[in-house]
Amino acid sequence: MSIAVDNEQALLNAVKGVAGSVAAANADDVDRSARFPSEAIDALRDEHALSAFVPTELGGGGVSLETIAQCCLELGRHCGASAMVFAMHQIQVVTIVRHLEPDSWFEQYLREMLCPDQRLIASVTSEVGTGGDMGRSIAAVTPAGDGLVSFEKQAPTVSYGQHADDLLTTLRSGPDAEPGDQVALLTHKQQATLEPTGTWDVLGMRGTCSPGFVVRGTAPEAQVLRAPFARVAAESMVPVSHILWSHLWLGIAEDAFDRARAFVRAAAKRKPGEPLPVAQRLSRLMSELSMLRAEVDSALRDFIVYSEEPGRERLSTMAAQLRFNNLKIAASEHSADIARGALDVCGIMGFKNDTPFSVGRHLRDTMSAALMIANERIHETNAGLLLIAKEV
Amino acid sequence: MTSSVNQEIRRVLRDHARLPVDVDQIADHSDLFQAGMTSHASVNVMLGLEDAFDLEFPDHMLRRSVFESIAAISAAITELHAGAAA
Repeated sequence: MSIAVDNEQALLNAVKGVAGSVAAANADDVDRSARFPSEAIDALRDEHALSAFVPTELGGGGVSLETIAQCCLELGRHCGASAMVFAMHQIQVVTIVRHLEPDSWFEQYLREMLCPDQRLIASVTSEVGTGGDMGRSIAAVTPAGDGLVSFEKQAPTVSYGQHADDLLTTLRSGPDAEPGDQVALLTHKQQATLEPTGTWDVLGMRGTCSPGFVVRGTAPEAQVLRAPFARVAAESMVPVSHILWSHLWLGIAEDAFDRARAFVRAAAKRKPGEPLPVAQRLSRLMSELSMLRAEVDSALRDFIVYSEEPGRERLSTMAAQLRFNNLKIAASEHSADIARGALDVCGIMGFKNDTPFSVGRHLRDTMSAALMIANERIHETNAGLLLIAKEV
Repeated sequence: MTSSVNQEIRRVLRDHARLPVDVDQIADHSDLFQAGMTSHASVNVMLGLEDAFDLEFPDHMLRRSVFESIAAISAAITELHAGAAA
């Protein structure tokens, strides 16, 4: 027990160290140059953080989702792009770990490739022509002879696609399958090609390097994760995405708040005893931050409870879908509101990009949150679910 | 009993499931989602079933697996009726 707790604490300390040193030192350049945060990701590799969630019997760190989430938050406090890359990688790892079949190729992959080599996995879930619905695919797993399968997928964005060692791609389960009948296929870098179809010069989260690609791949059939993707999505990929993203957005919001607080303290020290109207704005910001913290925390705890129930059945209910959709909407909106509120507190000192109170990057990074699985689309889904779900 | 329930389920599916094939071509145990029923259409199917059978599916039943086939839907409706009778 104490060894397990030590593992969790050791990883968290290591990631905090990377966040506060390497990730923080490169955050501005990563943002300005819209370049991949390779220093931070390599430092996380050195700490074996990329395999932290893999069970120890498969060679990983065996840490809990709570600790992974806390790591996302800590990275978010210093570099949103590093945090997002780390979070998206962990989403793929959690998905594989929770849905692999015993003695399958995926066990071997985790034990012999991901853990020793600290491979980085990117996901290819969105697709041109599906209207942003991750639950439908056009591209299909296509038999290619000799036990191989191939695919070609038009992906509007692939986060850090060119920097990933492996890709997890959602596809129709076969050439004749309906759009909603999906599986996920893992391909190594050398088994796939990425033909860029666009650029990545964006407002925020610039370091995630997420342009569109035509992705083509060929791999042995064993690399198909056979669990139906509808189930994988409901039980793992979607809620875990919302939970880990929310943690890193909270991290960004916390740092924006800390900068606003430092600004107010500096102002108070300059003119001791004088009224400081901006301090009240800070107080209002704190209330909003504490609400965000509570929502992020309770969603994580709900997920852990639902996951431990037999068959994880509650995760497949509409009530659970609504619950984690609400987390995503709340966290994406409130983190951006808090960054904006921090700018109001800091004024021109926050607006400038080179002061200790700069919050421009925080504001721009959190503005991407509403677009990652667009909030409008989630509201559309929720509106349908509300017609039938009872307790919400 | 079951056959008339299944006939009524088929009627609801014909009206709301927006399947790419005729409902009569779908076996009782075929997977409706694999046959092309979308999540969005499944909500309308659930509403249609609640209306047709004058019942309410509790939250724990509002899962994909409960609505994945005519047989599964039929079992859920039977379970709810049994619960109401008891």
